[in-house]
Amino acid sequence: MTTVERDVLIVGAGPAGLASAIELKRHGVQRVTVVDREPEPGGMPRLCHHTGFGLYDMHRILSGPQYARRYVSVARALGVEIRTNTTITGWDSERALMFTSPEGTGVVAARAILLATGVRERPRSARLVPGTRPHGVLTTGALQRFVYEHHLPVGTRALIVGAEAVSLSAFMTLQSAGVKVVAMVTELPQHQIYFPYSLARWALMNVLHSTPLYTSTRVTRILGHRRVEGVEVENLRNGHRTVIPCDTVVFTGDWIPENEVARSGELVIDPGTLGPQVDGGFHTSRRGIFAAGNLLHGAETASRSALEGRAAAQHIRLFLEKGIWPEARVPVRSRPPIRWIFPNSITSLAGGFPTPRFAFWLQAFVDKGTVRIRQGRRMLYTHSFRRLQPNRVYHFSGEWVLRVDLGGAPVEVWIDG
Amino acid sequence: MPDVYDVAIIGAGVVGSAIARELAQYHLSIILLEANPDVGMGTTKANTAIWHTGFDAKNGTLEAKLLRRSYALMEKFIPEAGIPVERLGGLLVAWTEEQKHILPALQERAFKNGVTDVRILSPKEVYQLEPNLHPGAWGGLLVPGESIICPFTLSIAFATQAVINGVDLRLNFPVHHVHILPDGSKQIGGPKGNVRARYLINAAGLYSDEIDHMLGHYDFTVTPRRGELIVFDKFARSLINHIILPVPTPITKGVLISPTVFGNVLLGPTAEDLDDKTNTATSEQGLRALLEKGKAILPALLNEEVTATYAGLRAATEHSDYQIHLHKDQGYICVGGIRSTGVSAGMGIAEYVRDLLADAGLDLHPKSEYKPVHMPYIGAAEPRPYQRPEMIAQNPDYGRIVCHCEKVTLGEILDAIHSPIPARTLDGLRRRTRAMQGRCQGFNCRAHIVNILARETGQDPKFLLALDDAERFGGTLTKQREGSR
Repeated sequence: MTTVERDVLIVGAGPAGLASAIELKRHGVQRVTVVDREPEPGGMPRLCHHTGFGLYDMHRILSGPQYARRYVSVARALGVEIRTNTTITGWDSERALMFTSPEGTGVVAARAILLATGVRERPRSARLVPGTRPHGVLTTGALQRFVYEHHLPVGTRALIVGAEAVSLSAFMTLQSAGVKVVAMVTELPQHQIYFPYSLARWALMNVLHSTPLYTSTRVTRILGHRRVEGVEVENLRNGHRTVIPCDTVVFTGDWIPENEVARSGELVIDPGTLGPQVDGGFHTSRRGIFAAGNLLHGAETASRSALEGRAAAQHIRLFLEKGIWPEARVPVRSRPPIRWIFPNSITSLAGGFPTPRFAFWLQAFVDKGTVRIRQGRRMLYTHSFRRLQPNRVYHFSGEWVLRVDLGGAPVEVWIDG
Repeated sequence: MPDVYDVAIIGAGVVGSAIARELAQYHLSIILLEANPDVGMGTTKANTAIWHTGFDAKNGTLEAKLLRRSYALMEKFIPEAGIPVERLGGLLVAWTEEQKHILPALQERAFKNGVTDVRILSPKEVYQLEPNLHPGAWGGLLVPGESIICPFTLSIAFATQAVINGVDLRLNFPVHHVHILPDGSKQIGGPKGNVRARYLINAAGLYSDEIDHMLGHYDFTVTPRRGELIVFDKFARSLINHIILPVPTPITKGVLISPTVFGNVLLGPTAEDLDDKTNTATSEQGLRALLEKGKAILPALLNEEVTATYAGLRAATEHSDYQIHLHKDQGYICVGGIRSTGVSAGMGIAEYVRDLLADAGLDLHPKSEYKPVHMPYIGAAEPRPYQRPEMIAQNPDYGRIVCHCEKVTLGEILDAIHSPIPARTLDGLRRRTRAMQGRCQGFNCRAHIVNILARETGQDPKFLLALDDAERFGGTLTKQREGSR
């Protein structure tokens, strides 16, 4: 077993991990290593061959692979060590991780560790969808690997479960593979697709409109022996059930962070995001361990994740150079219809940051609502929103964090209808 | 391939494979026939994965006797063959006063079955052993011998040892008819022609009654009893230390919560009698009922993610005991009604069947050489290839992780594809390696594995993904044409 010593070890060579490594290198941090379990670096954008990447961090619109390549080449040019085919298998000590790669097993010890392991969609089984277990049941991520990475056949007629941003990604992937989308179904009363820019709307509205959308509809059963033959759905308004014939089902959204390394390191896990609890400076509950990107919230765009990685780099440098680490911490808790809020803790370092932005994610439509934040009996912040939709990220200002009593009760966030 | 085999065994589940393995020690020509494309694809692959002591079996039954005998045989075989096992012990929990009063009778029954180390526990002792259980237990019965096992590795090990010791394995061979020929040999007809054998053993599981009918016997009827199960994420594993058993009823052993040898936690099974022997679908009511039961036993379990849900069918009959019958005049042995104890009793059943064959007049001469079997280790208790630098140094493919959730390496996948009973389907690979069985259920690795399997076996990915039209729409016709050739 070989032990390697580094200044910073980053787990995950996706947008957050690579952007952070680049920023660290640009500011003179010497030994920065990024490990990734995949054979190629770049993360999930590598597998999203449609356009729409880079808006906020690169200020241009690229395809996923172009975007990923750009990050990888900049990181390599700056001397970031990227180790692929390298899987983290556990914690060796406080700040050292064990790995396995084709070269053998080993340990990387680092002065700081950044976890940027990303997010995935819940598979059909985790959603407890009953029925048989035939071939042809996928998630968006699995579908993209079938089509773009491994060039495998998918089927001829697909049903998309979910009608949100990522469902659109599944839609475009199926289209490029020549698969007809027979319908999209969502349990919610309306679809939740929004377009970050008008060109996308123009390009897609047409095809989307020709695809049946079943709202207030849930999947009750998968049928078929060897291959999917159909999906039974229930109209939640009247309880009526029908079977939609298809040979492929793609479950989209319902994000769960890839939190195995974080959980096995016994980091405090936020009950909303299921990722590690962090403050606005990406400090987790364990000294020297940072986290960024979609491990913290499912799911933001690649651009936003990259910006977080970049921001995390500043806090990593402050820790490396000056040993700055938060002392006191108060969790931020949300309740339904808010699924998660991010950052999900306020620490003693809050005053030192540029004002953090908070993000939240809803699980239901809210026509008119006021976000309220309080600690104990003290109201810290209220902000009114109109026409909020679930399954997308909303941002709001974090100027209220300075009013939080770090010795006090947890901060509560909720929405009044 | 002989014209007439000494023995034909119908069914390569855990019981048929155990019988084939047992008989392979003797100078016999043997054929093992299986309807499915792989071994162990019926009740064997979808059960609670527990190695039972038989403590609660009905006293004096053949089942109780063979479970007892099998336990000793398994204790020897398991370490030799490298079967993943963890000897955790079972903790039977009484949740009502009434159930508490049944415990002494259960202890008595265990003693009579030769399981002498069971012990009645006070509520305090129960919570000392299992602090995360729901409050309100009235007491418990500790059964130290109950263990968890990998039923996949076990059944494949039996079949593999049979095959490497000369047994012919014929897959995709559903039996359509059995005729007794004038010379007394049995002609067994399938879609791809006939097989002849002097002795016939029916270990067809769910279909054992139908085979029995073909020989003119109507001793029992198999009613498929569906059991649905939920597998929870590995992060749930630390919640329990034992197999948490309910107090059994006459109909079923009830819903249990058990660690698996892969490091997950399993909740189930339900028990529901069906008519359809192919209905392995899970149901909304079944899954909901399981979650309610789980919450009442181990509340924290429901905070963890679900990794998988599945359903299996046990071969229940109208009788409470095994239906093992020797029909000496026909040279035929029926091994039916094994219900849910095939994994635990398989080796005992095999030995019993061997003795019946001898009674029926078959000469058994041991071979001078009987090759041992050693299986790749896929459990969580001992190091796997990815944790073994010496293996990676020899072959870097053991350091190339393909399935990240279960840490399955390319080396292990290639080994399974090129093993004596090769994995030729995704399902076969799953059971041999754990690939695609983890928390992401193949989100990351399935496409890659399809390509590896297609490349290594020369099969079309369309076939592996069941997208081939011939198979889907004309499969039956094709099979019939081949059969008539």
